[in-house]
Amino acid sequence: MSTPPTELFKTTLTRHEEISPGVFVVGFIRKHDFIPGQAIKLGIDEINPPRIYSICSGNQDDELCVLFNIKEDGFLTPKLARMCAGDTVYVSPPYGTFFGTEHPAWWIATGTGIAPFRSMLASGMGQNKKLVHGVRHLNQFYFGNEFTDGLGENYFRCCSAKPMEGVLHGRVTPFLESRTDFSRDWKYYICGQASMAVEVRDLLISKGIPFANIITEIYF
Amino acid sequence: METKVPLFGKTLSELQELVAGYKLPKFTAKQLADWLYKKEISSIDEMSNLSKKARELLNTHHTFGLIDPSDTKISTDGTKKYLFPTQHGKFIETAMIPFKDRKTVCVSSQVGCKMGCLFCMTGKQGFQGQLTAGEIVNQVRNIPEREDITNIVYMGMGEPFDNLDEVLKSVEILTSEWGFAMSPRRITVSSIGIIPGLIRFLNECEAHLAISLHTPFHEERQQLMPVQIAYPLEQIIEHIKEWDFSGQRRISFEYIVFGGLNDTPEHVKALINMLRGIKCRVNLIRFHPIPGTPLQGTDEETLQEFKDALNNKGILTTIRASRGLDIYAACGLLSTKALVNKPA
Repeated sequence: MSTPPTELFKTTLTRHEEISPGVFVVGFIRKHDFIPGQAIKLGIDEINPPRIYSICSGNQDDELCVLFNIKEDGFLTPKLARMCAGDTVYVSPPYGTFFGTEHPAWWIATGTGIAPFRSMLASGMGQNKKLVHGVRHLNQFYFGNEFTDGLGENYFRCCSAKPMEGVLHGRVTPFLESRTDFSRDWKYYICGQASMAVEVRDLLISKGIPFANIITEIYF
Repeated sequence: METKVPLFGKTLSELQELVAGYKLPKFTAKQLADWLYKKEISSIDEMSNLSKKARELLNTHHTFGLIDPSDTKISTDGTKKYLFPTQHGKFIETAMIPFKDRKTVCVSSQVGCKMGCLFCMTGKQGFQGQLTAGEIVNQVRNIPEREDITNIVYMGMGEPFDNLDEVLKSVEILTSEWGFAMSPRRITVSSIGIIPGLIRFLNECEAHLAISLHTPFHEERQQLMPVQIAYPLEQIIEHIKEWDFSGQRRISFEYIVFGGLNDTPEHVKALINMLRGIKCRVNLIRFHPIPGTPLQGTDEETLQEFKDALNNKGILTTIRASRGLDIYAACGLLSTKALVNKPA
């Protein structure tokens, strides 16, 4: 399904884990197939509107999981953060067209924008992939061990606040600007906040990447 | 120190709540609405039919709330572009477009935009904040042409359905009898089609709707407009088909024509199929190239052929005149990126 489903179904959380301060993975038993990169709508009741979250689990996993951070002024995430395994949530079938493929690609993410790439990696799409993940703090490299194991030297971490061995100090864009190994034939997946996504997209275009090869998912 | 809250931009029900909180007579709310939206004043002290005590009380906690433009640019074609500071130290732009006997104001609904469309200057500055209903209506109320405005379009900076509460409030103020009493048929809200917002807008507002379409093909629209991943056009059209636009309320589709990209006979054919059964019009818009974009405009001949092909198949199609190009007031060119870090 590529169009947003209107129907939500009731399910029970089977996983509720704070993986980093203020950042959670929640999951439930998977009832639908999906293509890595897709998202679901998730709500805590039938009255208030659900929000969209990228799936972060593999497409063969028993559980379907999403990653979120608490938005202090948000409606849903503070409540979702206080829930526990066993609580009821309302979710949609997976949808969206930010599809991962076997095609060689750069995955470019900031913050929780890493979620769809974790799903792609966990679904066996790690071959011929390079990932750059930009965060503000060192404890925000979510699923870092899995990416290190899966991608090895093709996993680049950028931290804007602090330097650390093996981590590039600074934002994603200067890192990308310094690269000279972008192929016009590769796909470029960008996931994160609007300003980063737009900046990176413009940068790639300026480096000669056809915009048809740039796939952007913005967290609205 | 308490931050004073602007009165301008409050709906009648909000004013009623406010006066009740101050234990002022109920009718004060209507008096306030009159002063805010019907009279040419700009301070609480000028509200002469309010008691001195009421004025003092309001002055303690509130400002009138009008914000003057800090800069104006005037195009050779008469279009004006106003720069307004916002309450939170940001800047927005508003275009006033005179054309024949009309004066259309193009208002912004956000500072910047989250949507990241490939062809839009506003998108390139990212998102800096939401505008309040007062800041939206201020763009109409606080320009010299305010008495002569015939039409208002929400096509400036930002995505209206991403700030829908304030947008709906602003339309309420503009169209209510207690407000500016404009006809909702003089107002068009333009969106890229955030579906939950679309449904709410159609249910709660009578203004015209414009949808930024730009291509009927999914993959292509996804490249131009990342929102397509979350809210695909196909689904937007399905929702629109559930509504009756055969009356006075109008649905239009905005279509920026890019050379060699979305100006082919295949696009015409797909558009005809997609819009079949919808009483609508299509506005073709010339693309105004922006720095760093790989896109380009189409030539005039192709544009005319595209228009004629749609008209010949019964889809009312017009080409929108580009106005204010020399002052960057034309469609897709509004931006306050250079002022993002400048104090207002």
